[in-house]
Amino acid sequence: MSDVQDYASSLSDTSSRKFETFSYLPEMTAEQIRKQVEYLVKKGFNPAVEHTEPENASSNFWYMWKLPLFGETDVDVILAEVEACHKAHPKNHLRLIGYDNYAQSQGANMVLYRGKTV
Amino acid sequence: MAKTYDSGVKDYRETYWMPDYTPKDTDILACFKITPQAGVPREEIAAAVAAESSTGTWTTVWTDLLTDLDYYKGRAYHIEDVPGDDTCFYAFIAYPIDLFEEGSVVNIMTSLVGNVFGFKALRALRLEDIRFPIAYVMTCNGPPQGIQLERDILNKYGRPMLGCTIKPKLGLSAKNYGRACYEGLRGGLDFTKDDENVNSRPFMRWRARFDFVMEAIHKAEAETGERKGHYLNVTAPTADEMMKRAEYAKEIGAPIIMHDYITGGWAANTQLAQWCQDNGLLLHIHRAMHAVLDRDPHHGIHFRVLTKILRLSGGDHLHSGTVVGKLEGDREATLGWIDLMRDSYIKEDRSRGIFFDQDWGAMPGVFPVASGGIHVWHMPALVNIFGDDSVLQFGGGTLGHPWGNAAGAAANRVAVEACVQARNEGRELEKEAKDILTTAAKHSPELGAAMETWKEIKFEFDTVDKLDVAHK
Repeated sequence: MSDVQDYASSLSDTSSRKFETFSYLPEMTAEQIRKQVEYLVKKGFNPAVEHTEPENASSNFWYMWKLPLFGETDVDVILAEVEACHKAHPKNHLRLIGYDNYAQSQGANMVLYRGKTV
Repeated sequence: MAKTYDSGVKDYRETYWMPDYTPKDTDILACFKITPQAGVPREEIAAAVAAESSTGTWTTVWTDLLTDLDYYKGRAYHIEDVPGDDTCFYAFIAYPIDLFEEGSVVNIMTSLVGNVFGFKALRALRLEDIRFPIAYVMTCNGPPQGIQLERDILNKYGRPMLGCTIKPKLGLSAKNYGRACYEGLRGGLDFTKDDENVNSRPFMRWRARFDFVMEAIHKAEAETGERKGHYLNVTAPTADEMMKRAEYAKEIGAPIIMHDYITGGWAANTQLAQWCQDNGLLLHIHRAMHAVLDRDPHHGIHFRVLTKILRLSGGDHLHSGTVVGKLEGDREATLGWIDLMRDSYIKEDRSRGIFFDQDWGAMPGVFPVASGGIHVWHMPALVNIFGDDSVLQFGGGTLGHPWGNAAGAAANRVAVEACVQARNEGRELEKEAKDILTTAAKHSPELGAAMETWKEIKFEFDTVDKLDVAHK
């Protein structure tokens, strides 16, 4: 049994909280984030930035940062909005969404900044 | 000028073979693969199938003259060679929409795969495909919630979802079963699943299972902050009992329930699907018994037909085969019926075994579920084959992890996210599989242990039911 590793996760340890897609991987580097944004643009999704206080993360409706960036294909512009939202709300969780209006769904959704989880 | 009554036996082809007929947009079209007895002409046997699956019987009857038989009859309008197989041929038959009760897959199948399959002049008969006109599709309720709404309900975007069928299939107590679910869910799965034959036994009655499993869901959700579900199997001896279990699942807040649509029956399934839509539950569909019907290349019902039947009857998930796992499934054919589950318009494509254009209109799509003998090494191929709109289900591939199911679940979750990340970055998943997984395992000892455990396991048997192309 000594070879068996314990799975560390508990209600009391807030680092056990996950954030859906990509949250089981190491935090993405700036270069990796850029590639995901490039994918989102290549797929024709509409980028959108949202944020929330950590205690309200379970709500479907996080706060929209401005409006979705309809038709925006410039990766630097999209990343700049991510940074602007983070700067304005440094303690909040922040996610980048790619709205797929044909599927009436989100083709991409990833949390890029995490506040202090609860 | 009215016809006169002429009793006796006529060749079927005099009435039911109409090679000049142009199918109407509202006709239900069927493609049968017919293996006739020796010496029976193709046109005659095709016409016989059209007759026996619609208005006809073996002899002329006087009551034929009280109806507009030429309007109501099924028409064999085209025959075609089967590539690479001289023992059989394809017959295309058109049926006027009036022949079928609205919203009833039961009635459709009673007609099309009814008595005709026992017809003596046939050695074998297979229903290869059906074209449901949009006019008929609109009379069916379809999937209770559909792909788009399920994603919104569960907050899962931009990746396939992950599940695990709890094993052993039978024998666990309700509490131990709930434990196995909890471990999988806390480790990163979106769903755990009752196996098909988990119904209700003295060692684990359904109600006790439902209660313990719901606690597992609630605790795993609180622990991970993510939304979770377990397919509570409500398949039961009677439709009343099925509904009783479904009502209880709703009462305790279960997000998703499950039904076996072939053994449970299409009437029960349609009833349950409509109830799920009215009550906001998702419906996972298992397909026990399908291989009895669909595996023989010459006789039975092709799975693409069973797929269409389910989409009409209603279900949000349907098992599709994995291509790469332990169960039968040709790659191109599987891609064909996956399209039939998810897309709104599917073009005829013989290279994928699709015989007709199929327009689903506004009817929501169904998530294909890949399940059966798959593990982390299959993940790159699975993400490539199935894409985001799918549920990848690892039973042994989760529970068999040397450190238990939480670690097994985490290994699969890390693997699927690593594959999605790599795909989005433009990398070729199947070519670079080893590198992608090995890199991901550097940060996940759980994935590393899973890769070590299953590195040698392959299921390389030839497919029995291949597409009818270039067999020879």
